Amino acid sequence: MGNYDMTGWPQVAYTYDGTFDGFLTCVYESYVHRERAAAFSAPGQAQISLYPGRPVETHPEHARRVRQSLPRRLSPRGARLVTYGFLTALPDREQSLYDFLALGFRRGPSVLHDLTDQRVFVLDRAVKHLTGEAHLLKGFIRFSDQSGVLVAEIEPKNRVLPLLRTHFCARYPSEAFVIYDRTHREALFYRPGEWAIVPLENFRAAGPDKSERDWRALWRRFYHTVSIEGRYNPRCRMTHMPKRYWGCMTEFQTEDTERPALPQRPE
Amino acid sequence: MELMDKLTILTDAAKYDAACTSSGLDRAGRPGTMGSTMAAGCCHSFSADGRCISLLKVLLTNRCIYDCQYCVNRRSNDVRRTAFTPRELCELTIGFYRRNYIEGLFLSSAVWGSPDKTTELMIETLRLLREEYAFGGYIHAKAIPGAAPLLTHRLGLLADRLSVNIELPSEQSLGLLAPDKAKTSILTPMAQIRDGIAASKGELALSRKAPKFAPAGQSTQMIVGATPETDFQILRLTEGLYKKYQLKRVFFSAYMPVSNSKLLPAPQGFKPPLLREHRLYQADWLLRFYHFEASELLDEAHPNFNPLVDPKCSWALAHPEFFPVEVNTADYEVLLRVPGVGVTSARRILSARRWGALTFAGLKKLGVVLKRAQYFLTCSGKTAEGLRVKEDGILRHLVALERPMLSREAPEQLSLFEETG
Ligand code: SF4
Repeated sequence: MGNYDMTGWPQVAYTYDGTFDGFLTCVYESYVHRERAAAFSAPGQAQISLYPGRPVETHPEHARRVRQSLPRRLSPRGARLVTYGFLTALPDREQSLYDFLALGFRRGPSVLHDLTDQRVFVLDRAVKHLTGEAHLLKGFIRFSDQSGVLVAEIEPKNRVLPLLRTHFCARYPSEAFVIYDRTHREALFYRPGEWAIVPLENFRAAGPDKSERDWRALWRRFYHTVSIEGRYNPRCRMTHMPKRYWGCMTEFQTEDTERPALPQRPE
Repeated sequence: MELMDKLTILTDAAKYDAACTSSGLDRAGRPGTMGSTMAAGCCHSFSADGRCISLLKVLLTNRCIYDCQYCVNRRSNDVRRTAFTPRELCELTIGFYRRNYIEGLFLSSAVWGSPDKTTELMIETLRLLREEYAFGGYIHAKAIPGAAPLLTHRLGLLADRLSVNIELPSEQSLGLLAPDKAKTSILTPMAQIRDGIAASKGELALSRKAPKFAPAGQSTQMIVGATPETDFQILRLTEGLYKKYQLKRVFFSAYMPVSNSKLLPAPQGFKPPLLREHRLYQADWLLRFYHFEASELLDEAHPNFNPLVDPKCSWALAHPEFFPVEVNTADYEVLLRVPGVGVTSARRILSARRWGALTFAGLKKLGVVLKRAQYFLTCSGKTAEGLRVKEDGILRHLVALERPMLSREAPEQLSLFEETG
């Protein structure tokens, strides 16, 4: 992508801090300086680019202005596609978002319906993957009680924590809980009335105590008993609950493997 | 008895019930409480048989005064019997719910002592759970036929969904296999629950504080393959239940050979009719979301589904005059009748074609699966490229598409999120 520039703007490669505000600042810069983003790189994803490099410092006010223009120029749904798009596992995430924005700024909200356009289609599919994964995890996440605090670990492909937040805060309004995303190394913390999503390099849940082990054993017993032998259908189970989620799920651990292993990618 | 043993016995006794959904209601948690519900429902796990686990599905007790032949809990069956105390059930529900194992509780029961006594115990459990434990998660309760209407009413004020099992697809079969239960005693609470839901909706329209009665609606289930009814009979009954009792869902459960009774299929070598159950669920989708009627899908001359193709394909093959359908002009209702085109695809087609004529490549991008649909569609008058099949060849192609599923031991069960094409 990036070869269909009809504006005649020079092409540049942005380096930014990897945050959403940082990305929006790049968009702002691009339009103010009339230059077209042809590559993005954030810390930890070094890239060699053919285009002249432009480091961009995050500017909250500029970011805010871009963010607030999105619902107006692209419709609320379009704005959501962009904010969610930034959380996806799309390989060329920033570039895809930028290309979509360029198209959307030109054509307005109607662009959302044009799924036959590659730029819209790619982003839409990635966002569906994100919301799909978040939906599955609402069910598949397993908490353990650690001295009264509920603790869970997940290994999602997309950054699902912002999407899980409202759900779990509404589900456990009076509890304190932590969800740690091992893939992206960030954590969601909640206690009544307060929440935060913060980067966290290292996190390791403590081993289960006696009462926690008893609960897990009860759940495993229920899980195995409720299945009807005469309908055994492991393939169907796998379709609905892909194997890559099993690693963090209580029902697939045994007493000895109970302490979840550190990040491990089954696929 | 240990809690672990009770859990094992009372889960084992409850597992044949097909319903395990937690859908139909959006309710956020409030400060000081525990739990919320999602309208779409939520699967927390899938058991080795591929079924969704959403709720803690257990019986309050498997002690039963009745002797229904098709049921593992029948009085004459020699199994271990036990009962949860209301407190034990609350602790289990909360312990599982906090860990996100479940979306709530599905409480059913055998008939212990009398329908009234059983219902009273269920009420006591749910009252504790809602009041003392401040539980706001999903509760599905099974109403016990024969219980006093006042008790059923109280149960419905505590539960989100109520169900009464119709058990078998005809009155004759019910009379034969469950002599203690009469059809009327099943339909009476069903009607009462329907009226209770309607009344509660009316009151809620006047005051938001009015008590909610079974706000996620009513469902039922029946066993398929234990008795001689045809698919047509079953589907017509299903349609009638939706219309007359405004049910949210009718569930089908392939009979599992749990009895040696002469009145039932012999357990030796018996294969539960899973494919048949699957076809019935597909047809059920067509009734609920695709504006089909039972009499369009089957009739006295063809009272059973063709196991080789899904009901929508069967219908399409029997109605060549309806096809091909032109993607760029057809109405929503017409698009829905095309095999392979579901509700989502039909909506996407409508919205995308406003921006220009759709081609087969465009359809693919929209996520429309063309495997089946290509035989029945044109795009601006053109058929799919490279597609050269005579009408009599279409059936062969469609059957070939289903072969991978048919060759497996058991067909996939439809999940909440899946659409029949
Ligand atoms: S009343 Fe219910 S539990 Fe008792 S035998 Fe009949 S179906 Fe089974």
